[in-house]
Amino acid sequence: MARSSVNVVIGGEAGQGLVTIGEFLSRALTRAGYAICVTQDYMSRIRGGHNTFAVRIDPVAVAAPDEAIDLLVALSADTLDIHRGDLSPRALVLADAAVGLGGLPGLAVPYKTLCPKPLYENVAALGVAGALLCLDAAILSGLVAEKFVAKGEAVVAANLEVLAAAMDWAKGQEATFACLAPPTLGPGRLMLHGNEAIALGALAAGVNFSSFYPMTPGTSVIQTLIDQADAMGVTVEQAEDEIAAVVMAVGASYAGARPLVSTSGGGFALMTEGVSLAAMLETPVTVVVAQRPGPATGLPTRTEQADLDLVLYAGHGEFPRAIFAPGDVSQCFHLAHLAVDTAERFQSPVFVLTDQFLADSFRDVPPFDLAALPAVARPLTTVDDPAGYVRYAVTDSGVSPRLLPGFTEATVVLDSDEHTQDGHITEDLAVRVAMQDKRMRKLTGLTAAALPPDLVGEAEGATLLACWGSTLGAALEAAESLRQAGEPACVLHFSQVYPLVGQCFLPILAKARRTVMVEGNYSGQLASLIRRETGYVFDARVARYDGLPFTAAFILSKLREATA
Amino acid sequence: MTDANPYGEFETAWCPGCGNFAIRKAMVAALMELGLPPHNVVFSTGIGQAAKAPHYIRVNLINGLHGRSLPAATGVKLANPELAVFAESGDGCSYGEGGNHFLAAIRRNIDLTYVVHNNQIYGLTKGQASPTTPKGQKTKTQPHGAPSEAFNPVAVAVTMGAGFVARGFAGEVEHLAGLIAAAARHPGFSLVDVLQPCVSFNKVNTYAWYKERCYRLGDDHDPTNRQAALDRALEWGERIPLGVLWRSDRPAFGPMPTGPLAVREPDLKTLSGILAGYA
Ligand SMILES: Cc1ncc(C[n+]2csc(CCOP(=O)(O)OP(=O)(O)O)c2C)c(N)n1
Ligand code: SF4
Repeated sequence: MARSSVNVVIGGEAGQGLVTIGEFLSRALTRAGYAICVTQDYMSRIRGGHNTFAVRIDPVAVAAPDEAIDLLVALSADTLDIHRGDLSPRALVLADAAVGLGGLPGLAVPYKTLCPKPLYENVAALGVAGALLCLDAAILSGLVAEKFVAKGEAVVAANLEVLAAAMDWAKGQEATFACLAPPTLGPGRLMLHGNEAIALGALAAGVNFSSFYPMTPGTSVIQTLIDQADAMGVTVEQAEDEIAAVVMAVGASYAGARPLVSTSGGGFALMTEGVSLAAMLETPVTVVVAQRPGPATGLPTRTEQADLDLVLYAGHGEFPRAIFAPGDVSQCFHLAHLAVDTAERFQSPVFVLTDQFLADSFRDVPPFDLAALPAVARPLTTVDDPAGYVRYAVTDSGVSPRLLPGFTEATVVLDSDEHTQDGHITEDLAVRVAMQDKRMRKLTGLTAAALPPDLVGEAEGATLLACWGSTLGAALEAAESLRQAGEPACVLHFSQVYPLVGQCFLPILAKARRTVMVEGNYSGQLASLIRRETGYVFDARVARYDGLPFTAAFILSKLREATA
Repeated sequence: MTDANPYGEFETAWCPGCGNFAIRKAMVAALMELGLPPHNVVFSTGIGQAAKAPHYIRVNLINGLHGRSLPAATGVKLANPELAVFAESGDGCSYGEGGNHFLAAIRRNIDLTYVVHNNQIYGLTKGQASPTTPKGQKTKTQPHGAPSEAFNPVAVAVTMGAGFVARGFAGEVEHLAGLIAAAARHPGFSLVDVLQPCVSFNKVNTYAWYKERCYRLGDDHDPTNRQAALDRALEWGERIPLGVLWRSDRPAFGPMPTGPLAVREPDLKTLSGILAGYA
């Protein structure tokens, strides 16, 4: 690639503060006007182990993580050993002078002399890395001051001193690391990770209730809601289990709250009965499923895209649903908003499928235009004829007027058994058919509203890389590499994976020279779904299920293997 | 107490002679005594014969899943604290499938009234042992007798310091109505465990069996004395006490939202300030 993208990896034990350094650096870069893409790799433990925080930086745009490391900030000796083989030809290593460089090219940083206390080593590491990247000192010191302001002036001053000393020290070294090219992006952009963006998109859609049970990597969605709960008027309750969490959300939704539930595959497995309940009661609920590798608890802190089938088929019986799969952080925000609206509009369960990689991946995003967001559908608090109100009135669209209990003289009756239009249990089998037809008619509306996949590039005679969710960035970069090598290539990204509308993409697939489905699971779940829905069979597949996110290099190497 | 019954009359699907009829009667009487208009009352139920009860009363109703009456009720109350919320179901639903939710609801102490039809058997699925079936009692699916010790819901609730714990009997409708009304007035989680004859499947715990044993707690019982409450809660066999076993002024769940969440407008101005914080 022509762009001068730089990959910085901070590695160390859990508890050594690498996330602090990484977040600092990422925010400074965003403020300076660079594009970033963060990959957090961590082990399922609170202390020790080996974790990394990788920031890929580019003056123009960056879509995916990279594998080769340009600047390695090693907080432990392990980091040097583990990443020895991943260094790019121009790589530089920053390690504590006490640990040494182990023969690698780089700088031994005298943290002991730069810092009055080990506590300040994070800021010193930030200063050294920042100076080598030629980041503006004012941006770094501004951030450090903001971060420590709550701890008092003395702490701020001490940290600023360490920062300045570290930057000075680094500038005085004869390091062969080239400065970043000047940034091209304007100011005012935000830095957030996928789960933050999902929570904020949900807040923008008026979400005001969440019942949850913690499970990585779904929890940080709710944590973000909780952080803003007081300011935004959100009621959050930690439920006793996932079953309670989703059923509580259904109950709250019935009574007029706008709920968001977030979990991971293992928690969602428990929620499935509540999903079926929401469908039968025709009560909106938005569920975020942040995927991680299974089966069972799998690799708790790694990434995968293997829960599409679980979400697609979750719940007993047949009912319509919508499943969104954001490809980047901006899509996380907008699709969370759309998911909430879709749930409200169709009075159905609606899902947002994300994964650990995107959940934890900080990116730079342009600010969101809240005023431009469409209004979200709302339930009724009044009706003309309360005495004649029935909850499940049969309609052409399958969507019935949804009145909230307690606001009028009408009573609102919901039943999970098959029910009459007024909500009461029935075993009249003709009513059963009419009700099932009514519920399933919503699928027509959901299909009409479904997002078509995005085509990036020209499909005619090209290698078409199809993908969904967070694989987008790596696929885009792989396609660009192919084009630069003279091979026509394009990307077809599904940000909604159900319902699928074949007419929207089959003609595109037909134009391509070869079609490859790239997805983060063993069995090719979206490829199978497309085959089931449309009969289309992809020419090839690229699968990844080792717990790591896709990179362009991974996709390209698999493509080479396939053609070799 | 209003005279005209606003809660309606419905045809039921219960066996003739079932204790559920009497519990329904007591429930309506309690609602009338409380003066609650039907549209301000929400019932959340699980699954089973008992769980159908609110279908036979004109109220707002969310009849959900087996064991899940309490999570749904909790959601309703959190979303709109102005509604009077009741959860109602059988002993299998409430103490078996819903056991974890029962414990969590006691801990949470949200203002809910939980009325459990305790017939010591699974009715709807035709006579299997329930968590409250005495050890050794034979059923079709436990031909050698129920192998596990019976669950004592009132003792558990007292031990955990629930807000309000009472036991009623379907054979004493007026007394039961009073217990339900008192439970509903209690500003936290209240349990009314109701002894309910299942004439079809429980041939041991019949009306006559209960009548012989049940007695009402008198003024000499102090429901604020935890030890006395526990002693009465553990009393089962020759004599079975009815009435308010335990009452506490334990602080309720909090903070509760003020007013219905439905009327809250999303505050985009505040949100835009929050977004700016991510710069
Ligand atoms: C998840 C689930 N498991 C099992 C059932 C089947 N089932 C329906 S009612 C019931 C037991 C009902 O017993 P109880 O709660 O004591 O109520 P009763 O019918 O005696 O009033 C069971 C096991 C179900 N509906 N859902
Ligand atoms: S089976 Fe038992 S509990 Fe159910 S209606 Fe008949 S008598 Fe009542």
